Amino acid sequence: MFAYYFDLALRSLRRNRMLTALMILAIALGIGASMTTLTVLHVLSGDPLPGKSAKLYYPQLDPRDMTNFRPGEEPPEQVSWMDGMNLLKAGRADRQALMAGGAVAIEPPDPAIAPFFEDARLTTRDFFAMFDVPFLYGHVWSKADDGNDARKVVLSRRINEKLFGGADSTGKILRMGGKDFRVVGVIDSWRPTPHFYDLMTGDYSESEGVYLPLLTGIDMKLPFNGSRDCWGNDTNVDQKTAQCTWLQFWVQLDTPAKAAAYRQFLVNYSRQQKSLGIYQRDPNVHLRNLMQWLDYNHVVPSDVHLQFWLAMGFLIVCLVNTVGLMLAKFLRRASELGVRRALGASRRSVFAQLLVEAGTVGLVGGVGGLLLALLGLWIVRMQPSDYAALAHLDLPMFLATFLFAIGATLVAGLLPAWRACLITPALQLKSN
Amino acid sequence: MDIAPIFASLHKHRTPVALIVLEIALACAVFCNAVFIIGQRVAELGMSNAIAESHLVVISVNGSNPDTARADIPRNLAALRGIPGVTGAAVMTSIPFGQSAGVDGVSTGPDSQVHPGASRYMLGEGGPRVLGLRLLKGRFFGPGEYADSTLRGGMMPNGHVVIITQSLAQRLWPSGHALGQQLWVGSEKHYAVIGVTADVARPGSSSIGRGSAHYAVFFPLAPDPAFTQYVVRSAPQNRQRVLHAAEAKLHTLAPNMVIKGQTFAQIRDQAFTATRSMAWVLVLVCLVMLTVTAFGIVGLSSFWVRQRRRQIGIRRAIGATRANILRYFQTENFLIVSLGIALGMVLSWGVNLYLMKHYELPRLPWHYLPVGALTLWLIGQLAALGPALHASRVPPVVATRSV
Repeated sequence: MFAYYFDLALRSLRRNRMLTALMILAIALGIGASMTTLTVLHVLSGDPLPGKSAKLYYPQLDPRDMTNFRPGEEPPEQVSWMDGMNLLKAGRADRQALMAGGAVAIEPPDPAIAPFFEDARLTTRDFFAMFDVPFLYGHVWSKADDGNDARKVVLSRRINEKLFGGADSTGKILRMGGKDFRVVGVIDSWRPTPHFYDLMTGDYSESEGVYLPLLTGIDMKLPFNGSRDCWGNDTNVDQKTAQCTWLQFWVQLDTPAKAAAYRQFLVNYSRQQKSLGIYQRDPNVHLRNLMQWLDYNHVVPSDVHLQFWLAMGFLIVCLVNTVGLMLAKFLRRASELGVRRALGASRRSVFAQLLVEAGTVGLVGGVGGLLLALLGLWIVRMQPSDYAALAHLDLPMFLATFLFAIGATLVAGLLPAWRACLITPALQLKSN
Repeated sequence: MDIAPIFASLHKHRTPVALIVLEIALACAVFCNAVFIIGQRVAELGMSNAIAESHLVVISVNGSNPDTARADIPRNLAALRGIPGVTGAAVMTSIPFGQSAGVDGVSTGPDSQVHPGASRYMLGEGGPRVLGLRLLKGRFFGPGEYADSTLRGGMMPNGHVVIITQSLAQRLWPSGHALGQQLWVGSEKHYAVIGVTADVARPGSSSIGRGSAHYAVFFPLAPDPAFTQYVVRSAPQNRQRVLHAAEAKLHTLAPNMVIKGQTFAQIRDQAFTATRSMAWVLVLVCLVMLTVTAFGIVGLSSFWVRQRRRQIGIRRAIGATRANILRYFQTENFLIVSLGIALGMVLSWGVNLYLMKHYELPRLPWHYLPVGALTLWLIGQLAALGPALHASRVPPVVATRSV
């Protein structure tokens, strides 16, 4: 039966090519525009570490003085060196890492390559295990290296290819910032989106090229990348004691019970700091998990949301347009449908036949929409924004496009098909 | 022309009429809001920035030796000034529209309730004139004020004077007496305001389009490793040549530094890429949507005309002219589109309320509504013209045929 209806649909669609083309074009444009923006939204609001993100938390403390104090205010978005080191040494979480963004001048071993600056991540070693960073060669520096100013470095795959032609470079010496470093590891391609662990250096920026032990980088006084918030008297220039928040601290807590315990630990820590006279404010802590942290920071650009809503509005205009055209098309065939009904076809089967026709339009429109979405995403990738390169259609979105197109067209076909079913066969036969 | 029969006919075809009305209304809502956003973005593209943009090239350096910076910077500047065509060179810590830089909460005193965030520009000697800052009140920094102001690795210069932009002066001292006042940064540091300049944009592009887009404070500073931007001034036609010469000169003076030069026009261009691409996306969506709407009207109108061939024939047979028939269909379209526009106005307003609530958009000014209405009326009339002409050519003899 389906095959017969499909055949009828093709014949009918072929009969009025102009109207059919208009319907298909409207569906394709609507689907193309909405899927382009939906894909961008989907990529940008995705989970950077699926399966792991629920266990990663970002503690916030409030070490500021009472100037400009407002009750209920959010604590700073980063931690100070003192707090970071205290929490790190307390080691109350399953894993923890203290980190900051920096930049370092690299003098390539090959003199043919000019020296260049590269973004560096200064961090303690749990960073790699906590964020599931894949290693290509070697491994992370040792626990002792975190505390002894070790000159060791982990390279990204990109930098390893640039400097060492992609070979296993572990054990080699690399000159950076005027000092010699030993390469201990090379990580595989890794670009979490968003750049969740440090939003201060750009929400969708690329991963850094080199990874150094935190203490090493700080003691070398490498240029700082990120944002620093200070309070009180800022004549103090020593990064380690200045009243500034400028580091990111992440913890891994495997169970909700541990998270609750850790939150309590943060409150107790704040209370203790206040009793020591280091903090002036009452405990004001937050422990958001990764997705909550991204949400709180409104990471997805509002322009992307705006474009999505406009594209959805456009899609609805296209669908209403298709409903209208389909209604015209079905009602024009009133006499034909009247004959079918008179020959014994039930309302139900006429309805089914018309829906198959609508679905066929949706299928072709979906293919067109898919092509337009691919074109749209290609145009998005040409844009210079830092998330542009991420705009790719993945398999779920690919399938969703089809289902969405066919579903939308079927819904659009319901009203015209129902109206066409109400035709009284006798009247149609008589008037002709 | 009597519109009663048109209403009767529309009433008879409720469903298709309702569909067109709905489509017009939705298109009107999307169109008005999109045009409003486009207008805003285009206004942002022309954002004022009172420096000599077309005369400047900027060379950013990284990896200079902090220990010798105090001697290197004057040497580098002297070399840059020696390039033919260069009319001035100075150092800065950050550049309008350039890489994001420090932002301070500034106020009129430690007890003030108003703490707008203002970008921090630190200028080396000669900076104001090289940039082409337009002084509205007061004076520029004197040589002694540069020499007295140092960072020593800290965040804030230890000088005592600042120049601020007009917008910031207005925000902090709305009565207009900024000159000579103390500008407080945090609760301990304060600086005397010695000058007010025309509005200069902040670094980065995140403040574009906001009221705070011009909140900036200029500090004088003695040569310091924090200076990473060399600003070189020349006549606009010499810019490209000066850019290459300046890059080469700095490269020979300090081969280990990482050097990147751009004309200021390029920097400005990059800051607005997101704004521009958003505007283009919206223009594209609007055009395609209006086209789809127009074709929808064409499709439905021609269906109608075909359905009513006999009635048209009868009307022609009993004396209606072609112009009467044409006018009938155009009026019918006008009535339908008007209904759609009326509904669309309400929808536009609703959509705008939603966007205002979630995306920091201002209220839709009323004059966007008639613009949207006119556009849709025009499109409706044009789209209906084809089918209406077709209808007017129906011969009266059709009335006598049974099919």
